Amino acid sequence: MKKQAVGQSMDRVDGRLKVTGGARYFADHQPEGMLYAALVCSPISSGRITAIDATRALRAPGVADVVSHLNVPPIPGYKVENPNPKQGLKIFYDDRIYSNGQPVAIVVANTLERAVYAATLVKVTYAQEVHQTDMAGSIDKAFQNKNMKDYQRGEADAWKKAPVSLEAEYNIPIEVHNPMELAGIIAHWETPDKLTLYAKTQGVKSVQQSLKTLFQLPESQITVHSQFVGGAFGMALRIWPMEVATIIAARKIRKPIKLVLTRKDMFTLVGYRPAAKQRIGIGATADGKLTGITHEAIANTSPYEDFTEAIVNMSRMMYACPNVNTHYQLVSLNLSTPVWMRGPGEATGAFALESAIDELAHQLHMDPLQLRLINHADTDPEKNLPYSSKYLKEAYEMGAAKIGWQQRSQTPGKLEENGWLVGYGMSSGVFGAGRGRATASATLKADGSLVIRSAAADIGPGTATAMVQIAADATGIDVKKIKFLLGESEYPEAPRQGGSSTVSTVGSAVNDVCRNLQQKLGELATANIPAFKDLKVENIQHEDGQLVAGNTRLDYAAVLQQQQLPELMVTTTSQAGDERKQYAMYSFSVHFTKVHVHPATGVVRIKHIVSVADSGTVVNTKTARSQMIGGVVGGIGMALTEEALIDHRFGRYVNNNYADYHVPVNADTPPTDVLFINKKDPVINPMGAKGMGEIALIGFAAAVSNAVFNATGKRVRDLPITPDKLI
Amino acid sequence: MSQAPNENPSCPGKKDKHEARRDFLKQSSALMALAFTPPLVVKAGEHDEAIAGLFEKMPVSLEINGKAYQLSVEPRVTLLDLLREQLNLTGTKKGCDHGQCGACTVHVNGQRINACLTLAVMQEGKKITTIEGLAQGDTLHPVQEAFIKHDGFQCGYCTPGQIMSAVACIREGHAGSPEEIREFMSGNICRCGAYDNIVAAITEVKQGGHTV
Repeated sequence: MKKQAVGQSMDRVDGRLKVTGGARYFADHQPEGMLYAALVCSPISSGRITAIDATRALRAPGVADVVSHLNVPPIPGYKVENPNPKQGLKIFYDDRIYSNGQPVAIVVANTLERAVYAATLVKVTYAQEVHQTDMAGSIDKAFQNKNMKDYQRGEADAWKKAPVSLEAEYNIPIEVHNPMELAGIIAHWETPDKLTLYAKTQGVKSVQQSLKTLFQLPESQITVHSQFVGGAFGMALRIWPMEVATIIAARKIRKPIKLVLTRKDMFTLVGYRPAAKQRIGIGATADGKLTGITHEAIANTSPYEDFTEAIVNMSRMMYACPNVNTHYQLVSLNLSTPVWMRGPGEATGAFALESAIDELAHQLHMDPLQLRLINHADTDPEKNLPYSSKYLKEAYEMGAAKIGWQQRSQTPGKLEENGWLVGYGMSSGVFGAGRGRATASATLKADGSLVIRSAAADIGPGTATAMVQIAADATGIDVKKIKFLLGESEYPEAPRQGGSSTVSTVGSAVNDVCRNLQQKLGELATANIPAFKDLKVENIQHEDGQLVAGNTRLDYAAVLQQQQLPELMVTTTSQAGDERKQYAMYSFSVHFTKVHVHPATGVVRIKHIVSVADSGTVVNTKTARSQMIGGVVGGIGMALTEEALIDHRFGRYVNNNYADYHVPVNADTPPTDVLFINKKDPVINPMGAKGMGEIALIGFAAAVSNAVFNATGKRVRDLPITPDKLI
Repeated sequence: MSQAPNENPSCPGKKDKHEARRDFLKQSSALMALAFTPPLVVKAGEHDEAIAGLFEKMPVSLEINGKAYQLSVEPRVTLLDLLREQLNLTGTKKGCDHGQCGACTVHVNGQRINACLTLAVMQEGKKITTIEGLAQGDTLHPVQEAFIKHDGFQCGYCTPGQIMSAVACIREGHAGSPEEIREFMSGNICRCGAYDNIVAAITEVKQGGHTV
């Protein structure tokens, strides 16, 4: 038998394309006759457009059109009555301005430079109204919509009666996904009712879904190509108004149009992690048994959509605590709508909860690792269900050993190295291990190669590589003879790549379609091939890409060749069953950091990181490690540098570029040790793989702030931990 | 490509400097066009674009990936946009257009530069190497091989810039230690956070003594 492919450290199947410049991202396409678009965006943050004068822009060389609400052709979907007043920003619908940077017109020209220049010639006049972009000024208007339910287990606010307790407020600022690839789209109406798109998306099928109502087209008339996506981290989980604007312009002009945003636009047009103000009350007995947790959060949204995420949910299920209550509200600000950003709400909530646990441990004079072990949840306290798998205690142990946790001083500020204060910190992370529904087709060719197709996405984790490994083990066919194709809307249905569920969901479909392919081959063999004729299909074994019956072995390819079939195709839909009602399914992570803090300047340097993932079977140890270190780097940004700053007088971002919004660079990142539990989850899916993308980041910021406290005795509850907060 | 919010719109009727300059160019172009173009093209109003096109371009000779190009480009076209939008060399990526991210790193006469920060016409006579020109036919450059082996990327978008920068980093003699590599590779952002692997890839090539 061949070595298992799953679990190997295999190179990426698309690695060669990525290192040669051959990987084509949306903006690398150039349909015949393509024009370029540039946006004209609002410099005011609330009000109305009173006039748009495009005369000069239209006279500029190469300009094809300037489209705005004043001359937009009717959009069929805009007429659909929707009783919900918050239905998102309908681009070019009317004269309302809700946020700074909102597109008010799109200029189309025959070169990029001409479009950009002509956009500066469009004169827009506004009637400005009072805006609010500061959460502090709107807290009294916080609200809950009907989907936001309070949670209570046991007694509310029980922490107040605990022998040892604390209450603290934790704040995170707006963070921006800022993938390296600028967002945008190429839109091409090949006929008045046939739309082709080159998109940056985490789900080609969801793009189809969003547009079919808007333009009242059947899905089959909308083709979405998105084979390579230059990072997204959540921002490409939905379609954005700027994409619709481009599609509208392309429909009017009847030419393919490309829009690529500026980096500045990436702050205002494609979502962000909302700012959140959180309050945690937590109490325990003198020996460290938790008696109550209260977690309240207020996060911002836009004026025209309620964006909610699972900020307070970790507090309900992470620890065995009899009394827990949570409360979550929104505040509408004159900003665009937020969207899930890696580790989404859980990362926001984990910073608060895992900081509070550390603070409580300090009050109890207890090792925070010990406090976590004392309150370890053996079953899910929220759902009252057993875990499908949970190796969190092992993860704590492995991580502690690797970082050298025993060197940590319980008393802060005691350790020093070369004039720097030294601190150790830790935190936990958790994220639901999902499995959705997906379809895959498998095409076996007469040369023995296998092509699997599913409309999945790859924003970076290495989807195709993992799928090839799963298919190799399911069929016994060598990885080199298997291709997995994704990112095309014509392929069988797959969900968006989000919520750490692609391997679980699409991987299961790949596994199942391979099994069905084997079944089909067995049927062909028993029906037509003499050596297998007397056998039942279920008695045929499959090994190394061959049918096996006793001493008879036959290559899959030979089955096709003997039947003179050029290929054999099978399509299978796969989804989770009832097991999800019987088990609580989560991935867990543990992060340990060792930091240096400079006593005079307050500079924090992370010296060593250990992150441990309890994410079930690891399909590819190479790409999984990359995913984990990527989450850690995102976590370093969240902890130390990332903060989208708004000048509230104008409602405008002031650091909307890579020079001023600091994402970690190479020199900001220390060597990172990634450890995997790598034990199969027996329930979740055939591979036993839970998700990994989110837990890589969730909790990380608290591991840094806890280490900074350990180094300095200063507790920073407002991210990011910039030097000014430490001196 | 949005318009910069304009805090100080110019007074109505008064053109700002750039607009005035552009109008002058267009007018003078139209006058020149009258002198040099056949009568059919002379209806300046209707042929605004064609005439502007003719006279807003400048000749430039470049050698890109060993191939000689005689081009006619507008002076405002960046080297990056020339490569991507006019020459279909889309391996070089745009991440910020401000020289802040390194995604557009190419070599000009062997030195790494941000292609978004230079105009194409400024590179007259220069030898430019992009990611497409790094491999020798089917044989990948050692740095490309090492990036695959060490998984020096996830989404792959910053990768062409990282690799061009990595090759230069080694040539410059700035790959002596992991710390030095981290410092001299910090002009290339990787939002997927593959830095550890990038350092491993560069270290391996450097220690392997490959000619880069």
